[in-house]
Amino acid sequence: MEIPYAVKPRPDTGLYNAKLGIWLFLASEVMLFGGLFSSYILLRVGADLWPHGMVSIPVGTFNTFVLIASSVTVVMSWASLKLGRLGDFKKYMALTIACALGFLGVKSFEYHAKFTHYDVWFKDAATAEKYFKAAYGEEKGVEAARKLFVERFHLHNTKAVYEANQVQLPGHLEGNPLFATHRSLASAKKETFQFTPDAPFGTHDHPKPIEVKLSDVERLSAYVPKHSTYFAIYFTITALHGLHVLGGAIVLAYFLFTANTWWKKNPEQLANRVEVGGLFWHFVDLVWIFLFPIIYLL
Amino acid sequence: MQSTTTTTTLDTHDHAPHHDPGFLRSYVFSTDHKVIGIQYGFTALMFLLFGFLLVMCMRWQIAKPGVPIPLVSGLLESLLGDVAKGGVMSPDLYNSFGAMHGTIMVFLAIVPLAFAAFGNFVVPLQIGAVDMAFPRVNMVSYQCFAGGGVVMFVSFFIPGGAAQAGWTSYSPLATIVPTHGQTFWLIGMVLLITSSLLGAVNFIATVIQLRAPGMTWMRMPFFVWTQFVTAFILLLAFPPLEAAGILQLVDKVLGASFFLPTGLVVSGKLYDVSGGGSPLLWQHLFWFLGHPEVYVLILPAMGVVSEIIACNTRKPLWGYKSLVYSVLAVGFVSFIVWAHHMYLTGMGTKISTFFQTTTMIISIPSVIILTCLFMSLWGGSIRFNTPMLFALAFLPMFGIGGLTGLPLGFNFSDLHLHDSYYVIAHFHYVVAPGTIFALFAGVYFWYPKMTGRYMSETLGKIHFWGSLIGMNLVFMPMFFQGLYGMSRRMSDGGATYALSNAANEGVVTALTGTVIKMNVFITHAAFLLLLAQIPFIINVFMSMFNGKKVESDNPWQATTLDWQTPTPPPHGNFTKEIVVHRGPYEYSVPGHPTDFTPQNAPEPKLVK
Repeated sequence: MEIPYAVKPRPDTGLYNAKLGIWLFLASEVMLFGGLFSSYILLRVGADLWPHGMVSIPVGTFNTFVLIASSVTVVMSWASLKLGRLGDFKKYMALTIACALGFLGVKSFEYHAKFTHYDVWFKDAATAEKYFKAAYGEEKGVEAARKLFVERFHLHNTKAVYEANQVQLPGHLEGNPLFATHRSLASAKKETFQFTPDAPFGTHDHPKPIEVKLSDVERLSAYVPKHSTYFAIYFTITALHGLHVLGGAIVLAYFLFTANTWWKKNPEQLANRVEVGGLFWHFVDLVWIFLFPIIYLL
Repeated sequence: MQSTTTTTTLDTHDHAPHHDPGFLRSYVFSTDHKVIGIQYGFTALMFLLFGFLLVMCMRWQIAKPGVPIPLVSGLLESLLGDVAKGGVMSPDLYNSFGAMHGTIMVFLAIVPLAFAAFGNFVVPLQIGAVDMAFPRVNMVSYQCFAGGGVVMFVSFFIPGGAAQAGWTSYSPLATIVPTHGQTFWLIGMVLLITSSLLGAVNFIATVIQLRAPGMTWMRMPFFVWTQFVTAFILLLAFPPLEAAGILQLVDKVLGASFFLPTGLVVSGKLYDVSGGGSPLLWQHLFWFLGHPEVYVLILPAMGVVSEIIACNTRKPLWGYKSLVYSVLAVGFVSFIVWAHHMYLTGMGTKISTFFQTTTMIISIPSVIILTCLFMSLWGGSIRFNTPMLFALAFLPMFGIGGLTGLPLGFNFSDLHLHDSYYVIAHFHYVVAPGTIFALFAGVYFWYPKMTGRYMSETLGKIHFWGSLIGMNLVFMPMFFQGLYGMSRRMSDGGATYALSNAANEGVVTALTGTVIKMNVFITHAAFLLLLAQIPFIINVFMSMFNGKKVESDNPWQATTLDWQTPTPPPHGNFTKEIVVHRGPYEYSVPGHPTDFTPQNAPEPKLVK
């Protein structure tokens, strides 16, 4: 028994089954990411403060170009099959998968940097000021610490409201541990910890590490979903997108490694499979085209 | 009544496939749409019974708060531990059973039975296809469903038990319950949603690509139309719930705050999270699926009923085109009515008005469908067999369910009725004596095609009358309880709010004894309903071996293609080339030699 139109298109629809199937699947994917993007909008509109500049624009731009390049190569690989050039197909497909791996590599580098970067919230403004001065100097300490957050939250017009209450300081922990929290430090029976505050805004000179008493800390969190809704939605959408990249790359790699067999058996079906895989790949790129501006630029 | 079809019932030995695929490939990892349909059907019926048993325990607790549940108290205590101490249902266990009753009935019983089981078995047959467009995807779809079912089932036995926050799983409640039931629920849901998505893609592709030559859109049986629209609803409405599930999972497991607001206080303490999230966001994402889901439950049921009514009235469906356009309209409008579940959230009068309007609009095509089905009965020579009885009962029962929904769709009356037993009565009338009756009808109707034997008519009629009476005795009193204002969520059956409670002296809105005592009556009725299902269970199993054998491949003398196959249909379905010559319901066409003309029959010689 053979399923009709598995390879040849049905005359009245002009589609073979898998091509219709992937378009339907992509429609559901649009709704999935649509739901997540809508959540992003709702959370951001409802938030009191929304951070900016938490991720590096040059790195994001680089990754955008990597993905766009992979969209070109995946089309070239399909076109090569249609032209009967198996060798070219393999070359372009390998390039596509290399781009995918490059993208994921850069992304995991970005993730790792976030997992070891911390914000500490002190118990109250008076305690916080003590540490601001220890970090950035007696005279300009408070101003420098506040400047970091005025820039992060774009508070240029309303900074007076924020300044009085500021208790937050960003930096790194001694030994760069992953995912530490005030609770994990407390259960490790630590009374103090070494904290290297971030460089003042616009500079790269990190201040010397300061010693922070755990009893002065209200909350300590790495830049992970727990940190704030900003990081929660950032990690959820980009991780889901990353999984799509990984899944797509695995499928494309499977096409690459079984290409010789399929080429002998049924070259038209191989081309169809690559076309369908390519459609999915374009969709994954398209999601990133939306993600890049909302995460990195806006 | 004429019976001119010849029997081509196959001796399985002659027509067995050329290679024997072995037991595992034939029954467990099968890619045949009919086997997968039966797998879905069997699993879903098991969950239907399980969900019913859960609610029987709850009904006992409401009728006799604090009294150990008879028969199963020892079992519950040994399986579930402290939450069922002494066989008495604790409030936590009541919440768990309530949440899981809803989840299981909707996602593991009705949808798989209505959409996946009947859809899989019948749709490819009715359009003249050899199988689904993607047989292996179909298999994976069932496996995801089974996996989701296992995760949900296992969650009862983990420490703390299953999810407790209702089938709607509203945050923050769902997130802050300190047990892991909700995590299991979310993982189970992600699997079930994946299963539905794969199924939906497969159904749509099959209907578009694999229709037999001559099977034009307007020659498709109405059942196929309902399944087609249902598949689109699943395809587009489920992903936002998947997104919501992922977000709640991140909240629950990684401690994020998508649905947790700033300053959330739990048990008198500030909850240690970042805050900044929105509880309303969950409700919007949930009901964006949740309301279209209602139509996923009802549309296939309407399809089943239409097939059975056309066949058993021996006349064409009245207003086939109106039915088709109405079902399409329902499909579209179902996406813009979701927030009528959220009138009480304070989302604003303008938004409420919008959703109230769309809710009234969607009742128009629904009423058209029901009216067409009623009109189809007019002047028919009705055969009152068991499937037809269930199909006929569906019409007024769904009518009651639908009409009592209108006061819930208006936001002024919903303010009073919201979250009361009235809501329970309303949607159970739609789904229980509505959809489930249609599905029973479908089981009785297609059973001969699946097995080659009829189900027993006697047992079937006992099942029917017992269920019809039981259902009405259970759900009708709930309308009154709800109108009196009884909340749907109290494990003591409303005793806290009773006049007899000393603390409520002089409270005018306290519940009278009559309203509270209805609980006992309803519980007795529910027991009757449970008893009425026993003949059905016996019937399904016994008829496989003892049932009356079908006289032909087309025992009901039906016109659609599902009856123009051998019985049971072999792998690949049809033994001859199928070409469709006519519409789906050519019954009693004047001048034709028989009172039914199958879709694939060439133009017959007219009898002068």
